[in-house]
Amino acid sequence: MSATAPPAAPSQAVISGLTRAQLHELYYWMRLTRSLEERLVNLYRQTKVIGGLFRSLGQEADAVGSAYALDRSKGDILSPLIRNLGSMLVQGATPLEVLRQYMAKAQSPTAGRELNIHFNDLTRGFIGQISHLGDMVPVMAGVALHFKMAKQPRVGLVYVGDGAMSTGAFHEGINFAAVQRLPLVVVSENNGYAYSTPMRLQTAVKSLADRAVAYGVPGVTADGNDVLEVYQVTRTAVDRARAGEGVTLIELMTYRRKGHAEHDNQSYVPPGEIEAWERNDPIDRYVRRLTESGWASREELGEIDAKIEKELDAAIALCENEPLPDPSTALTHVYENHQIEPHWYRGLDA
Amino acid sequence: MPEVTYLEALRQGLWEEMERDERVFILGEDVGAYGGAFKVTEGFQARFGAGRVIDTPISEAAIVGAAAGAAHMGMRPVCEMQFIDFISCAYDMLTNYVATARYRANLATPIVVRGPSGGYVRGGPFHSQNPEAAFLHTPGLKIVCPATARDAKGLIKSAIRDDDPVLYFEHKYLYRRIKEDLPAGEEILTPIGQARIAREGKHLSVITWSAMVFKALEAAERLSREDGLELEVLDLRSLLPMDDEAIAATVKKTNRVLIAHEDTRTGGVAGEITARINELAFEWLDAPVRRVCAHDVPLPYAPTLEDFVLPQVDDLVAASRWLARY
Repeated sequence: MSATAPPAAPSQAVISGLTRAQLHELYYWMRLTRSLEERLVNLYRQTKVIGGLFRSLGQEADAVGSAYALDRSKGDILSPLIRNLGSMLVQGATPLEVLRQYMAKAQSPTAGRELNIHFNDLTRGFIGQISHLGDMVPVMAGVALHFKMAKQPRVGLVYVGDGAMSTGAFHEGINFAAVQRLPLVVVSENNGYAYSTPMRLQTAVKSLADRAVAYGVPGVTADGNDVLEVYQVTRTAVDRARAGEGVTLIELMTYRRKGHAEHDNQSYVPPGEIEAWERNDPIDRYVRRLTESGWASREELGEIDAKIEKELDAAIALCENEPLPDPSTALTHVYENHQIEPHWYRGLDA
Repeated sequence: MPEVTYLEALRQGLWEEMERDERVFILGEDVGAYGGAFKVTEGFQARFGAGRVIDTPISEAAIVGAAAGAAHMGMRPVCEMQFIDFISCAYDMLTNYVATARYRANLATPIVVRGPSGGYVRGGPFHSQNPEAAFLHTPGLKIVCPATARDAKGLIKSAIRDDDPVLYFEHKYLYRRIKEDLPAGEEILTPIGQARIAREGKHLSVITWSAMVFKALEAAERLSREDGLELEVLDLRSLLPMDDEAIAATVKKTNRVLIAHEDTRTGGVAGEITARINELAFEWLDAPVRRVCAHDVPLPYAPTLEDFVLPQVDDLVAASRWLARY
């Protein structure tokens, strides 16, 4: 299907086990994701972002709600795709790290070697993706295989999308994980488009979750713009994985309101589609839910917003003028114990 | 001392590392109950259990990818490609994910990917390949190609202990043809990146590796007997990193070089070695560097065709005589 219409009504999912403070945290992570990306847009327009800029506008709930279902105290690990900035923030990645990455700073987590949110920290529980879609599914199956072999009660979570699910690596990875009954949750963000290609040109199935049948694992579809529903379905899958019951495939219905990257003018999108999904904005929906249910006041949310803006001001001020990496670092750490030397003509008179 | 085949030496190396380090485990197709297509892992599952000798689906990308993920977490996986020809199914995972992990993400990926390579066995186009050139071009990988039983054992052990990903290309023609006395109690660790002089000589150097080492030695004996020519045979053992010092030393000693490999010629490793010799020791050459390789065709099945396409001892003798006369 092409993502033409948002779900008719907000989900009525009932959330148990989340405290008022946790409900506020979910809001914090979604708002932080959006605000950080908005700051990056400004930096991009000032040409301070070196490469492309990838937005998750309108998809913050799927990344944040699913990552929030992991247990950081147990050492769960996730691997995001490009629109899962929110999931990394939940796991402990900081805005400062993300800003430094986009601006290719020497002090970025990859010391200027990799772009955007392609970075990792096993201790905090995230492994950065590579650009080859689907590859992280086998890799995260291997992480989960380690959990199983070491008899650790830990869970892996890997994100794919309506595009990544067309790859062979996705198939090989989820199939292997299913056969081995590994503690892995596979979250597919169905945001309607892979670059410009609509889902109807990726697959003939009606629902991505239907493909779970082929792997002998449960497949569920949820409203990806309802952060509480996302949390709940992911939490069920995480608990299942931790209990030794294996893989779950979760399809989260959402919509990519911006282009593939900031340069993409979305000329391929039918008129009215983006506007329809704007009315289904996950943060707006969550704010309504919080305030109408009395879980948060407008004042409390305003304080969170102010805190975020302050945090981002400080992070940008800190790193905006930092240097790029020294060229002399370019050849290090290809191997642990074998150094790559500069070419023979470097150092000759030019 | 017990006489050990190349295959048994490889088995011993794997076995010893499994016994030594519980982080080492094996995954691949039919490696468990069946013991592998060539029986390299026969008896391993009985000894180490199905948890450490894992039969996988026919999914080379998943085998390598899962090994990478487990390696990030501190494990030491050894992946078997049933035939090394199938490593191309994991090419993306190896070149894009595994090889770059340390550089781009500071992620250690100490995996070994091993499997039977090579021809002369009537295996046809998809059970005879030598894929080293396809991976030589990828920074972050290491490549080893043992020729002897001692190195089959010593290199698998070093590969498992290495902190970076190592491709270990064993040669199926050598599995049961090569035998060597290996002392039972000796810890054999062949250093990665070091070549070995398989035969001392003074008139001409043959730089080679894997099964071609034995063809070169046979040619050397014939030329010694028939022409009084003494060939030096340099067994590279490791292709990445490559032992530039050993290459330069043999060039400076004999001043004439033949590079012999079983893989096809165009884009083959011999081209890289030739370039290095130009850079390292051009002025020491008394003749152009020449290559003896497979012809640039997919490897055919019929014995008459395979024998024509692959380099033979006669080819090495003819090429050596040409070089010696130059």
